[in-house]
Amino acid sequence: MWRLLQQIRRVGLASEPVPAPDPSMLQHELHEEIRRAFGRALAIRQVDAGSCNGCELEIHALSNPYYNLEGSGIRFVASPRHADALLVTGPVSKHMAEALRRTYNATPEPKLVIAVGDCGACGGVFGESYASLGGVANVIPVDVIVPGCPPTPTALLQGILAAIRKPRASV
Amino acid sequence: MKMREQFPDLVFQSLPGALPGARIEATPMQLMALCRRVRESSGRLVTIWGEDLRDEALGFRLCIALDCNDELIVVELRLDPENPAYPNLAEIFPSAGRLQRAAFDLVGLRALGGDTRPWLRHSAWPADVFPLRHDAPASPPEAPAEYAFVRVEGDGVHEIPVGPVHAGIIEPGHFRFSVVGEKVLRLEERLGYAHKGIEKRFEGLPAMAGARLAARVSGDSAVAYSWAYAMAVEAASGTTPSARALTLRAVLLERERLANHLGDIGALGNDAGLAFGLAQFSRLKEDLLRANVAVWAQRYPMDAIVPGGVAADVKADAARTLIANQDAIAVELERLREIYDNHAGLQDRFMDAGCVSPELGAQLGIVGLAARASGNARDWRNAMRIAPYARESCPVVVRPQGDVAARVAVRFDEAVVSIALCRGWLAALPAGDLSVPLGQVATGALGIGGVEGWRGPVFVAVRLDADGRVRRCHPHDPSWHNWPALEHAIIDNIVPDFPLINKSFNLSYSGSDL
Repeated sequence: MWRLLQQIRRVGLASEPVPAPDPSMLQHELHEEIRRAFGRALAIRQVDAGSCNGCELEIHALSNPYYNLEGSGIRFVASPRHADALLVTGPVSKHMAEALRRTYNATPEPKLVIAVGDCGACGGVFGESYASLGGVANVIPVDVIVPGCPPTPTALLQGILAAIRKPRASV
Repeated sequence: MKMREQFPDLVFQSLPGALPGARIEATPMQLMALCRRVRESSGRLVTIWGEDLRDEALGFRLCIALDCNDELIVVELRLDPENPAYPNLAEIFPSAGRLQRAAFDLVGLRALGGDTRPWLRHSAWPADVFPLRHDAPASPPEAPAEYAFVRVEGDGVHEIPVGPVHAGIIEPGHFRFSVVGEKVLRLEERLGYAHKGIEKRFEGLPAMAGARLAARVSGDSAVAYSWAYAMAVEAASGTTPSARALTLRAVLLERERLANHLGDIGALGNDAGLAFGLAQFSRLKEDLLRANVAVWAQRYPMDAIVPGGVAADVKADAARTLIANQDAIAVELERLREIYDNHAGLQDRFMDAGCVSPELGAQLGIVGLAARASGNARDWRNAMRIAPYARESCPVVVRPQGDVAARVAVRFDEAVVSIALCRGWLAALPAGDLSVPLGQVATGALGIGGVEGWRGPVFVAVRLDADGRVRRCHPHDPSWHNWPALEHAIIDNIVPDFPLINKSFNLSYSGSDL
């Protein structure tokens, strides 16, 4: 236990400020923005709809001490019923289309969908085929696209923030 | 093993390229005899794939790649165009079962007497359409079908279905647990959700462009796949990359191994209730990725390996950046290992969880990291003597226990080895061209490539056309052989330990769903 505590003290705080689309934006303003949109912390349900697992590596990185996603009031949840936003990687395989639709339908309104990666955007290297439906928007409505192969954690954070700021018809 | 001496009536045609190998045309009887002999000499099945050659009036071809400990043998079996059937290899290699089901779903080649349930086919195409046949419709109608899970019956037995959408951030797949109370009696996996038609997508791509797709068969093993693909294309085109390019590939591969091992060790700590482990190791992994940016301009240098060589050089100052990064990680790794090893609560969860004994592992034919944690010292980096590994002594890490603790220990040990290997290479990078142009291609000639990725041996087979386009490409993930072992590892464990045991294998869905 002593060594564990020593290690924690030695490393200190590694977290970096949130890379907001607007660099002047402060962390508490971001919290305020999330609270205005959803009345609480932002809950995200991640859905792998057929990706190569590359995007998932970078989505995992969002939770490391440097990006410290939870410190910004954003967290990943285990059920779509607890989620405000879906973070979907693609391409959407035909075998995942039904599961993705059901996940979307199980997410309460108001909800956001963020399509992640070049494949989530348009099918990427896998395109559309007998087995692939291509981009996420071919299956469920998409609010924001974060391109990249894979997108960096910074790009993912900016995409999530852009989705929160997007004006919506019914909140 | 000396297969050539044991089968004097077969013609062994040596295959060109970095991976030592030969091809044989065989009859079904000869195939079975070969497979039995490989099995008896503790060789392994690597993969099975089918090819449609009816446009050349050659019917179908079934290819079986066998790991004969120090070389690879590809057995080719000619099959009748009207009735493409062959003997069931699952009697000899249990993990052949799912590969054979996949070969039927995609090409329509049927193993006689095997499991006839579909594997990769769920609903995207009907049972009488085979997407990799040349006359298959481009957009077949969807055909939803029920899947017959094996049922366990008895007092108090109930089923827990999980997935394809999981609670965490992981790939899609379905697990059907049959349990009594919390104890697991049986687990049946159903994969194929991430099937996105990769093999079809390869058809007709220029060989150079195929590298981008190969790197995305399984994103966490991008370097392993792009190297195996490049090796196969180079073999088919008589191309030899420079010593510098090969050394840079090995640096990339060992850093990919290091990144994944760091991530897994942290995640395994977290799954056993030590969030400190995740925080510490995910920080080290992030440090590694950021050092990659400084050298390759990408956190994950997915397209750094191209057929013929590598896409970018590592200059002297960049090499120093990488060495400094790895040395810093090595110091922390040692410190953190002591904390892990002395943490009673953590070790209590790790030890005896998800056990695969060396005997069971050998019977199932498991490979790679999981096999080394179950007492099998098989590692293609050593066995296949692929440059630059051939010039180094690459110590193989092995543990006999076969539990989660052993799979964690192998990761710790391998991370240390990877750092040492990279340090040696980066300190004295050989001279040479970054890449060389591809040579002349003989139409339809087989090229094979393979490397020991962080999970285990990644294998790629290609056939190119004379104009340099891909005619057929078959990428193979080691996960095919280890998924069935996970079904055994969980037996008699409790359901809440499944995430920990599953993570300790960390198998690829995308890589085996194709």
